[in-house]
Amino acid sequence: MKREKEMKRKRWQTTILLAVIIVVTYVSIAITEFNVLTGITAIPQAIGWMFSHLLITQESLAKLPSILEKLNETIFMSIAATTTAAAVSIFLGLMGSKTTRVSNVLSVLARFIASFSRNIPVVAWALILLLSFGQNSMTGYLALFVGTVGFLTRAFIESIDEVSGSAVEALTATGATYFQIVNKAVIPQSLPQMISWILFMIETNIRSATLVGILTGTGIGYIFDLYYKTMDYNTVALVTFTIVITVIAIEMASNYIRKVIL
Amino acid sequence: MSLLQVKRLGKSYDLETKVLKDISFDVEAGEFVSIIGPSGAGKSTLLRSINRMVEINEGHVIFDNNDVGSLKKKELRQLRTDIGMIFQHYNLVPRLSVIENVLHGRFGYKTTIQGILGRFTEDEKERAFYLLDKLGIGEHAYKRCDQLSGGQQQRVGIARALIQDPKLVLCDEPIASLDPNTSKIIMDHLQSIVSELNITCIVNLHQVEVAQTYSDRIIGLKAGEIVFDGPTPWLTDDRIHHIYGTETRELITG
Amino acid sequence: MEAASQSTYIKRKRDGRIRIKSGNKAERVMQGTILSFIILTAIAFIIFDYSGLHLISAVQETMYNLYVMFLQPGLSHFGWGEALFQVSMTLGLAVLSTVFGAVIALFLALMAATNLSNKGLTKTVRIIVAFIRAVPTVLWVLIFAIAAGLGSEAAVLGMLFHSVAYLVKAFSEAFEEVDPGIIEALRATGSSWWHIVTHAVIPSTFTYLLSWTFLRFEINFTVAVAMGAAAGAGGIGFELFMASGFYFDLREVGFITYAILVVAILLEIISTQLKNRLFPAAATQ
Repeated sequence: MKREKEMKRKRWQTTILLAVIIVVTYVSIAITEFNVLTGITAIPQAIGWMFSHLLITQESLAKLPSILEKLNETIFMSIAATTTAAAVSIFLGLMGSKTTRVSNVLSVLARFIASFSRNIPVVAWALILLLSFGQNSMTGYLALFVGTVGFLTRAFIESIDEVSGSAVEALTATGATYFQIVNKAVIPQSLPQMISWILFMIETNIRSATLVGILTGTGIGYIFDLYYKTMDYNTVALVTFTIVITVIAIEMASNYIRKVIL
Repeated sequence: MSLLQVKRLGKSYDLETKVLKDISFDVEAGEFVSIIGPSGAGKSTLLRSINRMVEINEGHVIFDNNDVGSLKKKELRQLRTDIGMIFQHYNLVPRLSVIENVLHGRFGYKTTIQGILGRFTEDEKERAFYLLDKLGIGEHAYKRCDQLSGGQQQRVGIARALIQDPKLVLCDEPIASLDPNTSKIIMDHLQSIVSELNITCIVNLHQVEVAQTYSDRIIGLKAGEIVFDGPTPWLTDDRIHHIYGTETRELITG
Repeated sequence: MEAASQSTYIKRKRDGRIRIKSGNKAERVMQGTILSFIILTAIAFIIFDYSGLHLISAVQETMYNLYVMFLQPGLSHFGWGEALFQVSMTLGLAVLSTVFGAVIALFLALMAATNLSNKGLTKTVRIIVAFIRAVPTVLWVLIFAIAAGLGSEAAVLGMLFHSVAYLVKAFSEAFEEVDPGIIEALRATGSSWWHIVTHAVIPSTFTYLLSWTFLRFEINFTVAVAMGAAAGAGGIGFELFMASGFYFDLREVGFITYAILVVAILLEIISTQLKNRLFPAAATQ
């Protein structure tokens, strides 16, 4: 009897949930003036267009050196933003974690900084910074840096909380100082997870850097925008292809590293 | 003067419930004392009050002529180097090697800088190997701790406590996660710490029989109060019954 | 220290000091990775293009801008009602790409899960998904904009591609963790593949699928803001772009940023609550 009631309740919940999703979807279609028919027909149309227009030609290949130069800028920007953000995040993560916090005020502050910088989209940071930093690598770097600090701090807090409670207790009991405990127990134990998050963030940031580049006129995003606006789709295809290769290469390298260290 | 004096110790985590009430006892150097009692009786809190891993609310803990409750941060560190601690879940750093984990016991003697750089003297390292050999796990010295069995990890925990050169070792449920055979090995090692090295041992235990086999003296804790304190032979079935209430039968037979 | 007789297990370094590290492959790879991070970061700062950058004045200016934005926010080019509409527009784009994405991903994930599909199909789906994921969302949106015209359709389709790729990975991993015993038992009774999927696989992973989908919705809101700003997809992101890029109206930028922040934090809170409710065991750990 009881189980049957439970099952009935569950079925009701699922039905209501589905109804809510359908209503929300319908409202969204109305607000965004989304035309379902256009939407559906656009997919085969777009794919057809891609295969007929997005072709890498001899001519576009000539532009490869300048594309690679910009791509290089984007890759290095993503890496630098991620690693420097990670250094700040380790500090904020230690302050924010339950096991390693020094004071409650600092802990709340660390979590606040993380939440604030994470929840303001990278585009917003890029546009704000663009006003005074101008069109150069620094703008993109800082925009990525701020967003990454927010994300990594949250991830690091979780990693630290997860791994280190018991060892911290044991080392405190031996009379070790705070810095000894952090350096010799907390960091060694959570380092593999931290590296894994850093690799994930580098990958994400390369994609975000393309977006930021379109707005701030730097890196591969700038080159893409340039050829897109002049309707040189062959070069657009080449640019896209180089990005794909880069992201996949980095993903493969990260997967290898993760497999060994985790 | 006794090595450890606990005077009218009281502890509460919130306003309503008192975990420890008016606890007083002395421990002499070289004693092997077991603290028994049902879960939630306050055994763990009592043990952690001795090295102030939890703050003391009322009363005093006097260890080696120091009032533990009033020590400043640096003095407290100094005091903790004299007190080793062994945990139910071993509390090692799983990814580090056995020998590194043992050497962690030396941090209390080092400045922060020495500790961060990981500078250990050759004497300290040799001593760590000596202890591991003595505990029968020398061959695993370079393995990562997460590759060892529970009993082996607990022996690493013992080595970490011993390398501190402690006067007192506190053991919080050291065998609660181990099988009977491994438990015996661990308890035998603890016993030899007391008899050979003359280090005092206070052990929290779930198993009454183990306490009776190994300790000189037993303290019974119930709902935060001492209800028994005396030499092991004095602990009669009636008194066990009093400590554990109605659960006794299951505990003794199980 | 008492003089101890030497242990036979001691290993020494070349200089005769006793080794204490376990020195396994994981440790070496980690050290190598960190070293590469440091070197690459150093190179990055050397090759950065600093043209037109005056660091001190830029920092001062940014501080002032942030001060105006966050302490004196206000609207001048549109009203509260319009702001609310633009936010719902962005939310709407996120909803559509998430819902459609989840439905498509469900089917693809069934094909990508190793325990429900054959090897060839699994591999094909995974390669396609990896490719889709590697292309930044903004490029998908811009590419669709050419094919479908610059409207909400292009934005939704572009975002849809990434949502599908993301969810296929998450869903198929959830499917693969279904107890093989359940599948085997149903197979033994002669159930068809569809029966197994609808009666065992989906019910037992439903909460996971839901939680991943909501997480993607959270991400898609941010993506929708970005698409508005960078690909002209409309919504609050486009207003943000206009306010900062055309009107240079810092107060409006501040107001819009606050609006985005409030929605994003709200979504994060809902998402955490949902996770705690669906997976109480994971939350208490």
